[in-house]
Amino acid sequence: MIETLLQGVLLGSLYGLFALGQSLMFGVMRLTNTAQGDFIILASFAAIAGMNGFAAAGLEAAFMPLLVTVLLVPLAFGFGYGLQRHVLNGTLGRDPLPSLVVTFGLSIVIQNLLLELFSADPRSIETGGLNTASLALPGGLAVGVLPLLIFAVALLATGALQWLFDSTRIGRAFRAVSDDREIAELMGLDARKVYALATGIAFVLIAVAGVLQGMRTTVSPADGPLLLLFAFEAVIIGGMGSFWGTLLGALLLGITQQIGFRLDPGWGIWAGHIVFLLVLVLRPQGLFPKTRG
Amino acid sequence: MSELLLRVSGLTAFYGDAQALFGIDVDLAEGEMVAIIGANGAGKSTFLKALTGLVKTPRDCIRFRGEAIGGLPPGEIVRRGIALVPEGRRLFPSLSVEENLSLGAFARRPGPWSLARLFKLFPILEQKRASPATSLSGGQQQMVAIGRALMSNPTVLLCDELSLGLAPIVIKEIYDALPTICAEGMTAVIVEQDVSMAQRVSQRLYCFQEGRVSLQGASDVLSREQISQAYFGVPA
Repeated sequence: MIETLLQGVLLGSLYGLFALGQSLMFGVMRLTNTAQGDFIILASFAAIAGMNGFAAAGLEAAFMPLLVTVLLVPLAFGFGYGLQRHVLNGTLGRDPLPSLVVTFGLSIVIQNLLLELFSADPRSIETGGLNTASLALPGGLAVGVLPLLIFAVALLATGALQWLFDSTRIGRAFRAVSDDREIAELMGLDARKVYALATGIAFVLIAVAGVLQGMRTTVSPADGPLLLLFAFEAVIIGGMGSFWGTLLGALLLGITQQIGFRLDPGWGIWAGHIVFLLVLVLRPQGLFPKTRG
Repeated sequence: MSELLLRVSGLTAFYGDAQALFGIDVDLAEGEMVAIIGANGAGKSTFLKALTGLVKTPRDCIRFRGEAIGGLPPGEIVRRGIALVPEGRRLFPSLSVEENLSLGAFARRPGPWSLARLFKLFPILEQKRASPATSLSGGQQQMVAIGRALMSNPTVLLCDELSLGLAPIVIKEIYDALPTICAEGMTAVIVEQDVSMAQRVSQRLYCFQEGRVSLQGASDVLSREQISQAYFGVPA
């Protein structure tokens, strides 16, 4: 039982990384990025391509995934910033439909682009044995080193994002444009730049999630929509407006799936969907919504 | 009359598809307090929104210190020294009192207003500086809204319906603070439904009716009958 819970928490922390960017973009500009999962897969393939490039140049070492991540993060930030500034800002407004249609279109474009460039074969990021290393715990339990690393990254990312949102000038600007864009602009804030900054940060999280997903398992171009679903479920279960809530929602999703897998290998994902639907029906505001005032 | 600060001439503005202002002419001299009265839908709020760039207008219709500023982005206008206390206060609910005030200083100009000075004017805000802004009472929220506008150190302060939804004693408290605020040469435009209050605090008064100026003059000279006729458009 303890092992199931532990594995669930470790799995859920990866879902948390999928969901944080989604939560940030929705929180700041009410934009649902339906290409979230595809961007994560895009990041995985970018990392794979980077690794291959280094390998072709004769560079192979255990720290390569880290090096690729370090290179990918600023790229992702710039990509997200530019995407918001030049594409997504134009879709925002009272009507949520344009942004949904555009990100849905991006999702199709990315999937087909990856299919064209990398074929449909599943691939993964070479970790130099990190993905099979494990740590023996008291009581005969064993946990993977990589899942533990993912858990640590998820905690760190959630804490950093919550701190950024609550305690910095950037976070104050995020909250202000989210509350009342018109008045924020009256104060001299440029909402379009603030939105671009939020998406840039969301894409840093997407890049990190993509690399870790590619290290943990195999990725293929059609994986995106399922990751989007997990991210979306985590955000809904956790409740909008708090990043710790999003992470807790993701952990709950992971635990539920793990319990489902334990009962029957075909039930895991399905059990997660059931919990998501139950939350939607019984507590649509989510389990840990942010209370104001 | 001292030097002309803001000249609005032939200002037209639309609210969606409907035309809200039909050629408004308003002059503001440095340091004066001007009131704008009028019935609901007369165009008062649209006028203030046009001055702050929230409603688009032709560039030449609004001249501030001689420079055409009509239709500039709101951030450009606040940087030039025109700040708005919006109707209904519109504080940021996710921000504390202090954060709301500090956001007002985002486009800060040099000048006398600071957090310390504001807390001296409204001591209650210092006690509640860490509270969420919308947890305060209506009057205290109005103080935050005024303070937020002052933090940019404006030359012209525009106030939209300061008395909206407040108890009479609170309205008095807010209006009693205005002379202190304007003591150092600040120019103010007050949009107000309460005609006698508007007349009492202002030096000059404009009455809007259906998007046009129907009456203007010195506040202490205009008679009740004149105002009443300009306000409703029919003889009293």
